[in-house]
Amino acid sequence: MAEVETFQVGSMNVHFQPSKKYKTTTFVLQIKAPLEKGSAAARALLMQVLQAGTNNFPSRRAIRKHLDSLYGASFGGDVSKKGEQHFLTFFMEVPHEKFLQQEDEPLVKKALTFLTSALLEPVRENGTFKESIVYEEKQALKSKIKNIADDKVRYANGRLIEEMCKDETYGIHPYGSYDEVEALTTQDLEQAYESLLENDQFDLFITGPGKVDELTPVLNERKASFKSRAVKTSTTVNGSTNNGREVIEHQDLQQAKLHLGFRVPYTASDAEYATVLVANGIFGAFPHSKLFVNVREKESLAYYAASRYEPYKGLIFAMAGIGFEQFEKATKIMTEQLDALKAGDFTEDELTTTKLMIKNQILEQVDTARGNIDLMYQNVLTGRERSVEERVNEIDAVTREDVERVSKAIELDTVYLLTGKEERA
Amino acid sequence: MEKLHYEQLGETLYKETLDNGLKVYILPRHENNKTFSIFTTNYGSIDDQFTPMNEDEVVKVPDGIAHFLEHKLFEDEEGDVFDTFSRRGAQTNAFTSFTRTAYLFSSTSGVKDNVKTLIDFVQKPYFTKESVAKEQGIIEQEIRMYEDDADWRLFFGLIAALYEKSTVRVDIAGTVSSIQDITKDMLYQCYETFYHPSNMVLFIVGPVDPDEMLSLVKENQAGKTFKEQGEITRIYGDEPETSYKKEDTLHMNVQTPKVLLGFKEANDDYPLEGLSYELAMQMLLDIMFGPSSEAYEEMYREGIIDSSFSTDFTMERSFGFSAIGGDTKDPDALVKKVRETIRSYKQKALSEEEMAITKKRKIGSFLKQLNSSEFIATQFTRYEMNNDDLFEVVPKLEALTLDDLEKVLQRHFVDDHSSIMKVLPK
Repeated sequence: MAEVETFQVGSMNVHFQPSKKYKTTTFVLQIKAPLEKGSAAARALLMQVLQAGTNNFPSRRAIRKHLDSLYGASFGGDVSKKGEQHFLTFFMEVPHEKFLQQEDEPLVKKALTFLTSALLEPVRENGTFKESIVYEEKQALKSKIKNIADDKVRYANGRLIEEMCKDETYGIHPYGSYDEVEALTTQDLEQAYESLLENDQFDLFITGPGKVDELTPVLNERKASFKSRAVKTSTTVNGSTNNGREVIEHQDLQQAKLHLGFRVPYTASDAEYATVLVANGIFGAFPHSKLFVNVREKESLAYYAASRYEPYKGLIFAMAGIGFEQFEKATKIMTEQLDALKAGDFTEDELTTTKLMIKNQILEQVDTARGNIDLMYQNVLTGRERSVEERVNEIDAVTREDVERVSKAIELDTVYLLTGKEERA
Repeated sequence: MEKLHYEQLGETLYKETLDNGLKVYILPRHENNKTFSIFTTNYGSIDDQFTPMNEDEVVKVPDGIAHFLEHKLFEDEEGDVFDTFSRRGAQTNAFTSFTRTAYLFSSTSGVKDNVKTLIDFVQKPYFTKESVAKEQGIIEQEIRMYEDDADWRLFFGLIAALYEKSTVRVDIAGTVSSIQDITKDMLYQCYETFYHPSNMVLFIVGPVDPDEMLSLVKENQAGKTFKEQGEITRIYGDEPETSYKKEDTLHMNVQTPKVLLGFKEANDDYPLEGLSYELAMQMLLDIMFGPSSEAYEEMYREGIIDSSFSTDFTMERSFGFSAIGGDTKDPDALVKKVRETIRSYKQKALSEEEMAITKKRKIGSFLKQLNSSEFIATQFTRYEMNNDDLFEVVPKLEALTLDDLEKVLQRHFVDDHSSIMKVLPK
């Protein structure tokens, strides 16, 4: 893969990775700030509003029509958290003209011009955001928040985090709460916008078949607008605060969703990162992992049984969809798998296979534009510059002793069960 | 081996049909780390009535058996095929649709071994009474998981409202009770009938040498014998032209109501061939209800729709239908607006400009999709089984005329062929 070119435009870091793999150019603009109770909702609404109209294209429909003229370029935004950091993410993808018969002008230029205008030139009325847009987007964000409850697995995972981290910053939802959104005024939005331009950290990632010279003039024109500095954020990593507390919630359901939350005192910034990936891999990330083999294949208790590592806060989530009456049995089997890991009760085969699977995952991930950009951004966030090769080598270097040592530091924090209203006959 | 070069897309595809009838496609992509391969049989959940190989009588098998078979093929005497792939760092999976069952892997090393394993495990059925019983518990939880998925229930609810006779109205995985009736003998019977190489396609995409891959597959197949197989007789039942139920409602544990309006295809007399018809339908849905349409903007402003609003068109052998809708605070207002929009489009002429911009958008979307090896392999196979060619999408799109779109519009959107499905909070 060609080298990444990194340069600054004002205070924005631009990371350009030329690649012939794709027929399109992908842009991802990451905007980082600390995760805070007071600002999450306003920033989430701001992200909606910034997608609803620019100076030149003053409505969602006008934007879509413009994107149509760029051969159906994709454009969108997302609000998320990684550890105790809050992210607004713009993405855009546009076909490269060499695959189009009737196009010679570089589409990347037009796409980048539009992308920066969405951030810097939102449609205004009387010197502020348009009331009608703010109203509509508030409705849209409120319904997004409300609808989280309709995806039961996602809801259960969200509730587990809420319970686990109720006294920690990480417990804040990236969208804020329904009531917080409801209470927002145009003035709040204005403040959030000013603060974003003044204080947030901007990283722009671009990958595709084009050349960097096509992009620099567009960015340099906007140079003065990127005036913020690098943002210091920090995440508190701590041990179990709930000591395996059980939280059980009842709803009208066909299947119970069992979610276990664990603490692990290592994040992607630590040297132990690769070891945690391997430990989590043996535990539950793959079809050969202990959770899948024991919960599904041996006991037929579930269709899905897996675990996931949150590498910025130091959390591991294990989950399975089970019959209502299987709560105790499934919880026991799932926690036993972690105990086995701590006791070094895993075969050479499990260790080798897990390493191979993770290495394969890394190599596959960089085949996709978004996957590759995610890894590049992780390097920015952790301050550890890991090339793909280094990532693979780190996994190779993990020993059985490393896995045992790191596993011993994993602690059960909270057991959350979303189950039915009554036992099914 | 046939070599097909697609100049504008910058892709070269290699093709060969083996002596036993298996079709093999290889698309080299040397810039990628990953090889993705998918082995598909032209057999899915709707194929529940057929004449088994070497028999004369039509049989009817339990709902969900194609999907059950998909699960069980992963097991052989030595254990689980998941393990074999995992030990080489490869990921494997499978899926069953209405009309196809596909087995796949992706990996960045050991590709030749993985291709062999993929073909071998699919071509080596091993079912026992015990292993069938064990799978029933797992699949029951899979079914329960979908039962809690409101969007899934909405979509399948719409199909069950549109269709009266076709098996498309039955969930792909069957029901908790129908899977109890599945036996190992039935699994073998379905397997013998539908997994003959002549009913299957193998697609490989990645940093591979086509000659090397093809000889590997040829050698593998030459070492196995398959009984001669003629045409498969499948019975679909006589589906009436009009929709089965005009409207149906399901009450579930949801916060926000959901609604879909769908139209069922008439059985024959299509004005265009398969791929062209599908593209014309997608264009029409896009023109009338896409994010740059007037109707979308109005509904979004009024708060009747949110970003979950979408349109979909499904067409496979023996059935086809559209679906329009999403989450909404007012299902009736959404349906009313959609119907009004269709009516007004049926009465006025489409414009050249609308068609041109929609073509542009669709060409761009297609290029985006081609970045994905999974998309190419899966969709190419699907079109191949419907006698179409994925790489013909751009020329077929460009060839569509206003007159074509007009004919499809008038034919598809007929009130008598439509159903409304709602999921409402309890």
